[in-house]
Parts: sequence; C-alpha cells; structure tokens
Amino acid sequence: MIERKDVEHVARLTRLALTEAELELMREQLNSILAHLDTLRAVDTEGVEPTSHAVDIVNVMREDEVEPCLPQEAMLANAPDRSGEFFRVPRIIEE
Amino acid sequence: MARAPPGFDVNYDVVIGLEVHAQLLTRSKMFCPCPTTFGAPPNSQTCPVCQGMPGVLPVVNRRAVEFGIRTALAFNCRVNEACRFARKHYYYPDMPKNYQISQYEEPLAEDGVLEIDLEGARRAIGIQRLHLEEDVGKLLHEGTLESAQASLVDFNRAGVALMETVSRPELGSPEEAAAYLKAFRAVLVFLGVCDGNMEEGSLRCDANVSLRPRGTAALGTKVEIKNLNSFRNVQRALEFEVRRQAQALDAGERIVQETRLWEADRGYTRAMRSKEFAHDYRYFPEPDLVPLQIDRRWVEEIRAGLPELPRARRQRFVTQYGLPPYDAEVLTQSRALADYYEATVRELAPASAGAAKASAGAGDRPKVVSNWIMSELLRVLPGDDERAIQSSPVPPRHLAGLLRLIEDATISGKIAKDVFGKMLASGEDASTIVAREGLTQVADEAVLGGIVDSVMAANPRAIEDFKRGKTVAKKSLVGQVMKATGGKANPTLVDRLLEDKLSKM
Amino acid sequence: MHQPIHELTDAYRRGELTPTAVAEAYLARIGALDGRVGAYLTVVREQALATARESEHRWRAGKPLGPLDGVPLALKDVLCTRGVRTTCGSKMLETFVPPYDATVVERLRAAGAVILGKTNMDEFAMGSSTEHSAFHPTRNPWDLARVPGGSSGGSAAAVAGGLAAGAFGSDTGGSIRQPAAFCGVVGMKPTYGRVSRYGLVALASSLDQIGPFAQDVKDAALLLGAVAGHDRRDSTSIAAPVPDYMAELTKGVAGLTLGLPDEYFIDGMDPDVERAVREAIEVLKGLGAQVERVSLPTTRHSLAAYYLILPAEASSNLARYDGVKFGLRVPGRDLVEMESRTRAAGFGAEVKRRIMLGTYALSAGYYDAYYGKAQSVRTLVRREFAAAFARVDLIVAPTTPNVAFKHGEKEDPLSMYLNDIFTIPGNLSGIPGVSVPCGFSVAGLPIGLQVLGRPLDEARVLRAAYAYEQATPWRGRRPDLT
Repeated sequence: MIERKDVEHVARLTRLALTEAELELMREQLNSILAHLDTLRAVDTEGVEPTSHAVDIVNVMREDEVEPCLPQEAMLANAPDRSGEFFRVPRIIEE
Repeated sequence: MARAPPGFDVNYDVVIGLEVHAQLLTRSKMFCPCPTTFGAPPNSQTCPVCQGMPGVLPVVNRRAVEFGIRTALAFNCRVNEACRFARKHYYYPDMPKNYQISQYEEPLAEDGVLEIDLEGARRAIGIQRLHLEEDVGKLLHEGTLESAQASLVDFNRAGVALMETVSRPELGSPEEAAAYLKAFRAVLVFLGVCDGNMEEGSLRCDANVSLRPRGTAALGTKVEIKNLNSFRNVQRALEFEVRRQAQALDAGERIVQETRLWEADRGYTRAMRSKEFAHDYRYFPEPDLVPLQIDRRWVEEIRAGLPELPRARRQRFVTQYGLPPYDAEVLTQSRALADYYEATVRELAPASAGAAKASAGAGDRPKVVSNWIMSELLRVLPGDDERAIQSSPVPPRHLAGLLRLIEDATISGKIAKDVFGKMLASGEDASTIVAREGLTQVADEAVLGGIVDSVMAANPRAIEDFKRGKTVAKKSLVGQVMKATGGKANPTLVDRLLEDKLSKM
Repeated sequence: MHQPIHELTDAYRRGELTPTAVAEAYLARIGALDGRVGAYLTVVREQALATARESEHRWRAGKPLGPLDGVPLALKDVLCTRGVRTTCGSKMLETFVPPYDATVVERLRAAGAVILGKTNMDEFAMGSSTEHSAFHPTRNPWDLARVPGGSSGGSAAAVAGGLAAGAFGSDTGGSIRQPAAFCGVVGMKPTYGRVSRYGLVALASSLDQIGPFAQDVKDAALLLGAVAGHDRRDSTSIAAPVPDYMAELTKGVAGLTLGLPDEYFIDGMDPDVERAVREAIEVLKGLGAQVERVSLPTTRHSLAAYYLILPAEASSNLARYDGVKFGLRVPGRDLVEMESRTRAAGFGAEVKRRIMLGTYALSAGYYDAYYGKAQSVRTLVRREFAAAFARVDLIVAPTTPNVAFKHGEKEDPLSMYLNDIFTIPGNLSGIPGVSVPCGFSVAGLPIGLQVLGRPLDEARVLRAAYAYEQATPWRGRRPDLT
C-alpha cells in the first residue's frame, strides 16, 4: 500500500511538483496498478537469474581515440538559459 | 593500531576509511571519444553523449579498463572475472543525465592492500573495492554557493574516466590517513594512470570517520567528510573532526550520521543541511552497456607490464645504492625523480667493464648524486611533479657532467653550485659554462704555492695566532687564498700547501 | 498514390515518375488531408524537395544509391534528426533541435531517402493510441473517430493514409505492431540489437527497437535492410551480418512449422479478431505450413513484468529532462523548484504516472520485489519462447485482442495497457515480430496477424508474412480519405 507520504517522497526524488489533487490521484492510481503488478509475486522464480541485459553480448569496448567534439555553439544552442559559454541554472540550495 | 591526535585524550579508537577518486590519464572520455585535456573553453569538449542528450548511448573506453586493472594489480586486488556498470541516480546540475554510470554490485576489482610506512612502522591497509565511473561537470557559482543567485555549468569534465577506490576502515589516525593518501597517490603516478594533481582535481578524496571507546569492537556512527583537496587538508580536517566527535561523545551527545564539508580557510568541518532523503541511488544494471568478462590473459599481460612500484623502488635504492632510507624516500617521491636519479648515476659511472675510474673525488657516487639532487635540484624543482622533473632544464647527463668536473677537480664544489645555477637558467652543460667563464679550478701547485706565499707574507698576525694554537687562523688564511683566486683554488690543495708551509715555520 | 516503394523505384528507373514529382504529390496530399488525420508534427518541405532533386539527378544519370533512393518516408518524432526539431510528442522537447542524426536516420539519408517529416506519437512513446501526444491526437484513416494505435500512431496513419510511402517507428511493447494492425499496414519490430538505438530517444533501454511501417511485406524487407546492422556507437548492437532479406522472401511456408500459442486466444478478445486470425492460419496451412499448439504459460504475467520494467527504465531515461540543458524550462526561485516545475509542466499525466511508478519500483527496499522480480519473470518468458522455438520455426498469433477503438474510449490506464498483451512478450524476449493485415472486422476495421520468430530470424518471419500476403486480398486495401 502506497501512502501519501510515499508519493510525496517519490515525487521529491524524481523532481516532480505535483498538486494536492495530483498527489491524491497518483496515490490511487499507483495503488491500483501495483495491486495488479503484485500478481508477479505468485510466480516461482527460485533460482532464475534476472535478465539484466537483453542481448548475449559481452566486452564491447572502444579504443582510446579522440574524435572531434561538436562545436561549442552547437552544444549550447538548445540551452534554456546561458551565460556566455556556460549553461546557467537558478541558485542551488544545499539539500 | 589507533593513535589519538596529539594533545587529545586517549579514550577513543579512531576509525577512518578513505574514498579516493582518480581521473584516469586516458586521451578520451570514459564513454565517448571526446578529449580530456584540461583548460579548454567551457563546453567545447563535449558531444551529445557526454552531455546526455536524448537518444545517446555510452561505449566503454578499453584503456580506462586497462588502467583500472593495472591499478588493481598494483594493490594486489582480485580482478573480478566479470563486472558490470550500473546507473546511480541523483539530481545535480553537473550531472547531465541525472544518473552517473558507475559500478555497484560487480565492481572491477576487490580485496587489495596498500602498505604504508609511518615513522618506521609498516601497516597494511585493506582496499575494499576499485571501480570505474564517469566524472561530472564543473559548477561555478556566481559568488559563494550560499549567496549566489545562479550557477554556471561547464560539461567539459563530464564523462572523464574516473576510478574510485574505497579503503577498508582500517586507518587509525589522521596522520595515517595522510600517509595512505600519499602512498596511494605515488602508486597511481608511478603507474602512469593518473597525474595525481590534487589542486586541479584529478585526485579527490573523501573520508569517513568514526570513534569508538578504546578497546571496544563495535563501530561508531560514521561521518563523511568532503572537500579534502590536499594531504595537509586531509590531516587537518580529520584532526578537527576527531576532536569534534571526541568532545561530543565526552559530553554524552550522539554523533549524527551526516556529510560535512571541510572549510579549509576557517579550519572546521560543517554539516551540509542534513540530507533527509540522502542516498537512495536506485542502482540497477546499466542496460545500455554489456557486461565485461575480463580475460585472464589480458590481466597477465598488464601484470607483466607493471613498472617497479614506489615502495619496491625505495627499498632497492637502499640495497642497490647503499642510500639511507631518508634519501631513498625523497628520491622516489615520483617516478620521474627516481628515473632522474638513476639516469644521473648511470651517466656518471658508465657500465663499461672495470671502468671505475679511481679518480680522486669518485668516492661514493650514488650518495654524491643523491646529496646533489636533494640539496640543489629540489631547491628549485618540485620533486613530486612528474612534468617538471621530466622537463628539467638540467637533464641527468648534464648533472652527471657537472659532478664529473668536481670529481676530477676541474672545479670546486662551491664553484659548481654557481655553475649549476647557470645551467638551470641557460640549459647549457657544465663544461661549456666553465670554459666560457674561465672557472677552471686552479690546481697548479706552483701557482697556488706562490699565492699562498704572498698571502702568508701579508698576514703575519694570522701566522702568529696559528702558532699560538688558534687553528681558526688557518681558516682565515685559506679564505684569503680563495679570495685571491676568485674562489677557483682547489681547496684541498690550498689546505695542504698552507699546512706544509705553516709547519715549516 | 499508393504505390509501394519497390514499385516506385521501378517507376523511377523507367522514367515514368520522378522523385520530385512524387515528393510534391505527397506533400500536397499531406497539406490537403493531414489536418484531419494529424499524422505529422513537423513537415520539412524544403529539405524534402532538395533531397528529392538530388535523387532525381542520380536516377537520370542511372546511378541511384539503392532501393530507397528518392523514396518519401516519415519518421516517428522519437528519432533524432539533425537540425529538425524532435519533440517525442512532448511539451518537454517542443523546441528541441538535435545537433545530430540518429544512426538509422544517417543510414536512410545515405540511401537517398526523402524525409517528409516527423510523425506524431504518444508522449515519450508511452501509450497505445497516440491520444497522449501533447500536441494533438492522430486519427485512424479508416475511421477518423478512432485511434490509429500507438505509440507510433502517426507513422502508421501516414502509411495507411497515403501520406508517406513508408515510415519508421519504435516498438517497446508493441508500438509498431499494434498501430500497424489497427491501421491495416505492415509493421515490424526486429530482434533487439538488430537495429542501432543510437539517436532513438530512449524509453526502456532493454526493450526499445526501431522498425519499419510499410504498404507491403516486400517494402518492409527493403526498409529493414537499409537500416539494420552493427553500429559501434550502440554497445547493444549485434555484430552478426545482415542477410539479404529480399533473397528469402519468396521461399514460401511449405515445410515450416508454425506454433499457435494457447495463451493468445483469450476470453474477451474481439470475436472478429479471433475469426480473422484463425482463417489466416488455415491459409497458411493451405500453403503447406504445419501448425502445432505451443504453450507459453508465463504470457499471463508478461504485462505485469513489462509494466514494472518499462517504468523503471523509463524513469531513469527521463531523469535528464530537467530544464538545464535543453527543452522546456519553467522558472523557479531555485534549482529544485525550477526542475520540479519544469517536469510537472513538461510531462503529461501518463508519463508522470510511469515515472512515479518506476522510481518507486527502483527505490530502496522495493528493488527485489518489483524490478528484480519482474526481470526474473522476464527470463522465464524468454526461456519459454526458446523452448517453443525448439519445436516450431515461427509463432503466429493475433497482434492485438481488439480493433481500433474510439478516441476517449480507454481512459483507465489499466485498460489501455491491455492493448499490448500479445505484443509485449516479443519485447521481453527480444525476438523479431511482424504484423501483417489479415482482414477486417464487421465494422470494416483492420485486423493484424502477428508472426514471431527466433532471434535474428527476420528473414523467415518476413518470408511467412509474404507468403500469407501474396495469397490473400488484403494487400493494397486503403481507406478512402477524400
């Protein structure tokens, strides 16, 4: 059972500002969905390895070679706020 | 074995663990081919991958893995047969994806050891794990962090290969912690995997500190200390923190598990606002990367290519060159300096069979070279700076040349010091300078004899004093001969001549 | 207008049609009709015509780049296109212009394809109806009051409505196959790792694949062949060489054994769908295929496993949308407020729901029970398919339990999720699958037949689909949009 405080906690972890109404609706919907997902508990997975990787490949690595970067302007072009060559963000309050 | 910092009560055992992050000297970043050179204009060394743009994917840099294995072997770690990458989630603007690709349950290596020497005592400190991850960007605050209205982000550093090593909590004092860090850094620099530059941030350290009543086993609450950017600060911060915790415990207070920042200017650690929801990193295996199965042959190749490590080299300097431990320690503070020393010794005494030219001043060459480097070279160059030593204006063969001139009495030791200064400034070799400035020592007995005679003639009082037993008078006569020859007289010869002549009086 | 790609290029070769004329015709049609269908989010008229002109030069000189030279295609707006905004159907990326092309896009450009524009989708590929686009819903060309399916609804509708000769989409839980079925076109999801994901805005990294929408199976083979193959920028990209899909296409199904899974014929599925699929199986038998029953018991848990894995990975992949470097930014007094407000404003309800669910599933204390458990159930699903494929060459089944529903009909998230029950298992196991039209419901809505194969066995999957298609009248049936 997800409680209201769990929803608030998760919303904070994932940086989502939810309104009162949204928090309540989210709690209901998440509980309802989780109730369905709980059916997985009944499945016997004793000794079954989780699928952490979808392909049977190992050791994909690249050589330590430099390739040209994208120009500074191209990388800054989508910035919602910039200050010269930097991305700019509002003040950071230590948490 | 715990040791309380000086001046504090000994009721507590101190338990310290160090987490060191080292930027690896790969040409390109950990997961993309952007360059890693320092000092480029902001956001000019990035690509969609390291900026975490939509749709991008990481690809592992093989050399970073190699460097990780190399380091793991140097610390006697077990290099795991398989390892994988995991996503570590938290929000901070210097982290483009708001997760860091790191390693969690299956790191590259585990269970190693670093031996340190502290005041003659040898200790083995356990290394719990070593893993690879990507670095974050740089944040600049418009003002101080507290007062800034905005912050600026530069992602050039984001994605640089980082190697994290976690020691076991086996360090027993701030001094030990500093010694561990020094030794750790020396190994990394020797291996060529990291430049060890703490000021520039290529080597960073966090500490975990807790206290427990002396003699008990249960670990106390640990506090994490961040922002330790030099050996000195590591020691100072830990001394402060141990003091703080001891005082708190003495007063019956509970230690709060938290992260504190070391404020070097103010000399204290302060709590970051307590992280209520700290550290739910929600790790899961990185689905965009595949596991690494480390081939044992590759590991053996890397092991075979390991250079001589600092401690071994130091011990060899003692046994092979007969140097005192102090000298050996100074000379092996960096691979470059140790190489410099050995190259100079080699140049001075070429290994042709039986060619130990018994020249008058040959003496103990290894010690001579050591003295010279320690007193003259290290006066002007930082011994632990690989680059500075490697690009020294006086290369080993020039130093050897200078020392040879002293050995065969072409110049005196005193003149040699001046010559050395000129060599540093101009990059020329000793012979060139000596010839040009006519600094060749005067060792002609007849010439010197004549000068000694005239000095003696001009100083009857000194001779009188000498005869009356004031041996210091001879020194003044020697000094005058040296002065008359512009310092170029061979002092041993002057001394002998004076001795002879004085004894005949 | 509705010439499949392989006939179009024949016409180019014979000089009967030119790439610019065809591009103009499609652009005109888009202009006239897309207002009603809503398949496109962005049309790149000038670029398309410029590319078409270049193609035309090559055809005139007798030097086309290949079978896609001058062919007008649409791309789901989840694929990064350099210099052309890529929104993923979301306000969060409404103004985002990528400085790079996805690998698939690079390969299509190198093949001379003419990109007409970017198509509509459920926001960040989360949805089965293209009703969750932040911009507008897409309508099914067969019945504009109904959904085209999702999340690649725009691409499916574009091909069905004659607004592109072919298209690309992405499939994480059925997002190509399901809309293909709803829109009466061919849609294929390749083996996981067969097509590079570099430049595909990630939803669930271990499930996503890019694939083609086509007017017929031959076109699907052509489109797949143009983009498949190893990419060094994608560590999960398979190195095995890409076979010539066209070469095997006409081999037929005689001698092949087809598996019919018990669990894919369920209570509550649309009887028209069941009927059409069973008839299709008879056709395949008539063509010489053997049909056997197979059992995939963990199928009934696939939905739950998927709806834990997907949100977990998606919550991670979407963490980067925070207003710092690109996309929407809603101001705030401090960083956390800015990020939280930005994400609240930039994401729609379904996306938020899945992000919350995924974050919860990964959070401390719940990992083993949710994400860990789901990944273990996934292993069981993979094993069951592997065991089935030890006995049969291909698996045939319905693509969806239903036909296209009306807009607004499935408001409840859970009932929407049920659309994907037959397609999800294919994603969980990473196997290739195609949906090919196999008839119509009584109300005239398209129905899709799904063919699933072993990993990297696209050639056999396409061959079976081709054989079925050639033996039936569905190919070439198009809705009348005028």
